[in-house]
Amino acid sequence: MPKGIGWRIGLIGIFVLLSFLYLTPTLVSKLPSWWSVLPKDKIHLGLDLQGGTHLVLEVDTQKAVEGTLDIVATDLEDTLTGKNLHFKRISRTGSDKVTVVLYEKGTADAVQKLLKDKYPTYELSPPHDEGGFVALSLRVNEKDAQDRKDKAVQQALETIRNRIDQFGVSEPIIQREGINHIVVQLPGIKDPQRAIELIGRTARLEFKMVREDVSPSAVTIPDDAEVMKEKTADAATGAVSEVPYVLQKKSLITGDLLTDAQVRIDSQFNQPYVAIEFNSLGAKLFDQVTAANVGKRFAIVLDNNIYSAPVIRERISGGSAQISGNFTEKTASDLAIVLRAGALPAPVKIIQNVTVGPSLGQDSINKGLMAGLIGVVLVVVFMAIYYKLSGMVANMGMVLNVIYLMGALAAMGATLTLPGIAAIVLLIGMSVDSNVLIFERIREELKLGKSPKAALDAGYDKAFLTIMDSHITTLITAAVLFQFGTGPVKGFAVSLSLGVIINLFTSLIGTKVTFDLFLHKGTAKKLSI
Amino acid sequence: MELLGKTTIDFIGKRNISFVISSIIAILGIVGIIQIARGAANMGIDFSGGTSMQLKFAKPMAMADARTALHKHGIARVDLQEIKEGNKLLIKIDKNAGAAVGKSADAVKASFTSEFADNPFVVESTTEIGPSIGDKLRKDTLVAVAISLLGIILYIAWRFDFKFGIGATVATIHDCLAMFAVFYLFNKEINLLFITAVLTIAGYSLTDTVVVFDRIRENLHKNLKGAMQTIFNNSINEVLSRTIVTSLTVFLAAASLFLFGGEVIHDFSLALLIGVLVGTYSSIFVASPIVVLLENRALARQGEKA
Repeated sequence: MPKGIGWRIGLIGIFVLLSFLYLTPTLVSKLPSWWSVLPKDKIHLGLDLQGGTHLVLEVDTQKAVEGTLDIVATDLEDTLTGKNLHFKRISRTGSDKVTVVLYEKGTADAVQKLLKDKYPTYELSPPHDEGGFVALSLRVNEKDAQDRKDKAVQQALETIRNRIDQFGVSEPIIQREGINHIVVQLPGIKDPQRAIELIGRTARLEFKMVREDVSPSAVTIPDDAEVMKEKTADAATGAVSEVPYVLQKKSLITGDLLTDAQVRIDSQFNQPYVAIEFNSLGAKLFDQVTAANVGKRFAIVLDNNIYSAPVIRERISGGSAQISGNFTEKTASDLAIVLRAGALPAPVKIIQNVTVGPSLGQDSINKGLMAGLIGVVLVVVFMAIYYKLSGMVANMGMVLNVIYLMGALAAMGATLTLPGIAAIVLLIGMSVDSNVLIFERIREELKLGKSPKAALDAGYDKAFLTIMDSHITTLITAAVLFQFGTGPVKGFAVSLSLGVIINLFTSLIGTKVTFDLFLHKGTAKKLSI
Repeated sequence: MELLGKTTIDFIGKRNISFVISSIIAILGIVGIIQIARGAANMGIDFSGGTSMQLKFAKPMAMADARTALHKHGIARVDLQEIKEGNKLLIKIDKNAGAAVGKSADAVKASFTSEFADNPFVVESTTEIGPSIGDKLRKDTLVAVAISLLGIILYIAWRFDFKFGIGATVATIHDCLAMFAVFYLFNKEINLLFITAVLTIAGYSLTDTVVVFDRIRENLHKNLKGAMQTIFNNSINEVLSRTIVTSLTVFLAAASLFLFGGEVIHDFSLALLIGVLVGTYSSIFVASPIVVLLENRALARQGEKA
């Protein structure tokens, strides 16, 4: 055997073996138990092939900053009241600052000192006059605001992941993209609308006192109160009725003090409700609030909608409560999920939603595979007729290409999309190109009267640079496609660039070794080309 | 088997004809791109934002009836397209017609459910894209196209010579423009898959051009004195059978995608088919003649100086 053939054949064999090793999980539906150490990753099918939902969410990060400032304002209220410093108003003004309005200059100095100590990273404005009162404002600095925004996206990502885990979707993809976008992919879900609602819900739970001294229809509502509505749908007619309430703006307890939420069924009315458990701080607050307000109403508010506004009949200790409303089993369980997973730190907006039904997905796979198969057959037949036996060698190279490519896709855990299949089909056409280049050269050399062996070597030699050039130019575009593409386009770029690299190997080593094997003695009289 | 024996076609000599044809194609392509930039072309919702749905009905559904039903429910600006196979209807709604992402799809479902109670349907796919994503994609795409063209020019200029770089780039741009021209003329949808096809063809057409250039360079080294036009013509003729064979195999593969790949990639494979044809043409009739033109001009200038 000529020098260098052994290791080349070995390499080809090893790659084939590896490809099949990686492909096994995809091809075999149930792996034997001893497979445990071997690769288990399948080729993932893109949403366009198996159906499912692809969402891009935009996190309203500005709202997260505002939320933080609201907390600062509440905290300041408590601190100043605790220290007996009288103030007229403390509130968030605009999107980036909290303003404290005080009655007199004396308190202003004390407050100024306190603010400096308590919030050293904020920018404190000098006291200024506001309608005869002294005002101070705390402005959040750019860096902290950015930081808060960044954290809000991180938190939102975690919360959404929790929700989806509890909703039960296998192999979801949840990742951050860019500054404030989150990409969520839910393959194979049956009820996309429900999932979308679950993911998109802010789920900010608040307990607020009802102000029964103010009528909801009053023209002027006090500064510290607001009107919200309780919506109830009639089970029989489906008609929605709205009852407005005036609520205290400040929430007494919020959802972040929960430890658990579960769906229970009311034995009396056979109605589902959500039972919630508070943590120790929440339980203490709940105990205090109910003790102090027996006989009054308080409202359970989720995302600015009142779920229920029961009258507090007695002090409730022990840290459990229940949210009842017009629930179905599904809505109650979704509410329990969002309460357990926690609120989003800022509202999210769905800016892209691509949903593919499972039937279309299956249809696409079938058609893609069919097109691929026909493409392969056409090319194989053409090559066999045009280049005879040498054409069959090129065809063998093409088959190797496809096997390697599938193996590589499986090994990388890449996602196969419809354009990905298209790229593979296109590659089938292009993969024989290297061989065409070589074969045409060989024919030229043969015409010059060279022996088959010499013509073969010259053909490969002369075509080498051209093959390199042509592959690199394709790689350049594939790399750019990969860089900017999302979803299906990325899948296309991955298949294309892997294919190009693999093709370089099969055309320069795979097919060459076959020829070398047959021509190494240099005695062959004729080359079937 | 051989398709062609030895050929001696004077490709470069026909450059005046090919330049006229190519100029027309290029102008059409530029018009198409301008229309796209103005939003006057058939933009996919990838770029313009909006909602697109594919519904599969139990019974055949007339487009006119569907349109009336949608109009009745307040969806005024809608694009309908029928897919012959399997009673399918493709519905495209402009971003300005609906409110937030998610609302248009529900409205469409509701109106069909109430108007055609006896013709049940399933939603096969829904795509909703907010306007901000559309803008981002459009920008990203422009950057991507620019970067890949730049990369290609640099590579060719490095491997060959600046004049070849220009020739290859012009040919590549020519092919992209041709694809835009055809899609614009036939009012096909310009979407992300189309752009993917354009970039793929840019790579493919370049491969074709590079193969020709490689041979030209080789022959230039062998024969320093010969007339530029002869060397170029010989080189193109020498690789002609390769060019045709490769184009044929890629064409066969793309054609099977076009014919059997299903509606989702129908337009994508159409773009590939056009691209393969134009790419083959341009590597012969556009890239090399331009290099000859530039070389001759450079020689003439040298002659003046001497």
